[in-house]
Amino acid sequence: MSSIELAAGGELNPLIPHTAEIIVGFVAFSLLYLVIRRNVVPRFEKAFAERTDAIQGGMERAEKAQKDAEAALNQYQTQLAEARSEAQSIREDARVQGAAIIEEMRAKAQEEAARITATAQAAIEAERQQAVKSLRNEVGALATELASKIVGEALDDQVRQSRIVDRFLEDLEKSK
Amino acid sequence: MLVTYAGEVGKDAGFNPPDAGDFNLPPFIEGNAFATKPILLAFLSVILISVFFVLSSRKAAVVPSKLQFAGESMYSFVRNDLGRDIIGREFMRFVPYLFTLFTFIIVNNWFGIIPMLQFPTMSRISFAYVLGAITFFVFHYVGIRHHGFFKYAKDILFMPGVPKPVYILLTPIELATYLVVRPLTISLRLFANMFAGHLLLLIFMLGGEYLLQGALVMKLASPVAFVLAIALTFFEFLVQCLQAYIFTLLTALYIAGALADEH
Repeated sequence: MSSIELAAGGELNPLIPHTAEIIVGFVAFSLLYLVIRRNVVPRFEKAFAERTDAIQGGMERAEKAQKDAEAALNQYQTQLAEARSEAQSIREDARVQGAAIIEEMRAKAQEEAARITATAQAAIEAERQQAVKSLRNEVGALATELASKIVGEALDDQVRQSRIVDRFLEDLEKSK
Repeated sequence: MLVTYAGEVGKDAGFNPPDAGDFNLPPFIEGNAFATKPILLAFLSVILISVFFVLSSRKAAVVPSKLQFAGESMYSFVRNDLGRDIIGREFMRFVPYLFTLFTFIIVNNWFGIIPMLQFPTMSRISFAYVLGAITFFVFHYVGIRHHGFFKYAKDILFMPGVPKPVYILLTPIELATYLVVRPLTISLRLFANMFAGHLLLLIFMLGGEYLLQGALVMKLASPVAFVLAIALTFFEFLVQCLQAYIFTLLTALYIAGALADEH
């Protein structure tokens, strides 16, 4: 007890350090420093780096995705425009072709019609020619026959004359 | 015999206010200078800090757990606000030191108000001296390594951009600043704050206790002392955090100064 009181009296000045405490202070602080330097700081730093990486990586991925989407959109729009213009040209072609076909058909039909008309006219002409020809022959023969009949009968009265003509015509009808 | 309180040490019958003697806690093993409360507390702080931060950083992940978040927020405070913002480019080299300093001081300061422990280790000046000395050597070492001894010494002794006659006044001041004032003030500031704070708490607690033993009127007055003691405890908490911050901040500033190209 007396030694403690003596020590306390001797070291009452709080600004005078104690050897034991200085040693402990160094040792304790150094120990803590080693633990923190070896086990704590690297791990926290690793987590920080990973977090930064995760956030940055995420943003980069998002940016890339956006760029991809934009590119795809552009591509689709280009393709769509191409398809539209293609459709337009196809329609134009079809229209032109259609018009050409119609024109051609019309020309063909007209030609055909003309041809048919010409053929018909030729046929009619030929028939007429033939009819005229045969009529001429027949009329000659008939006239001859009629003349002979009229001459054979007595051509004295009007009634008889007309009867002969009628009979002649009746014969003509029957022979047909 | 661990804790002294007024009356036991006192020689007079009346109230003996606590004094510097109350900080000289005798060893609990007779004759062993290492078996004292402050020394035990210093080791306890090392264990507590190590365990807490090793556990909280052990599974450090991108998405932090609650424990990791707690450890990480303290770490990133020291790393970013005290290291990166003050030291700049080369701060990462000093983060382990700054972080050790901050946690060691703040936990030992907290011991001043943690029930049952209730003794701020840093109110023993030896610990404050040790920390001040380490900071002193660190920042001078860094400066000498960075500039070379002669340029570093020249920058300190002959501050550039000053008229020559002024050096008669300035050089001794600068020399004293870098060699004596800085390590001494940084240690004394920490020590004195913890010492005074603990003394203040002792006065109100022991005073309240003394009043409680007195006459009826004194008994009635004792709650005032206890309430004040509690209020001051909260105030102490603020001072404890602040002092840990200031010590680390000054260390960072000194290191930044030693690394700077012009003083």
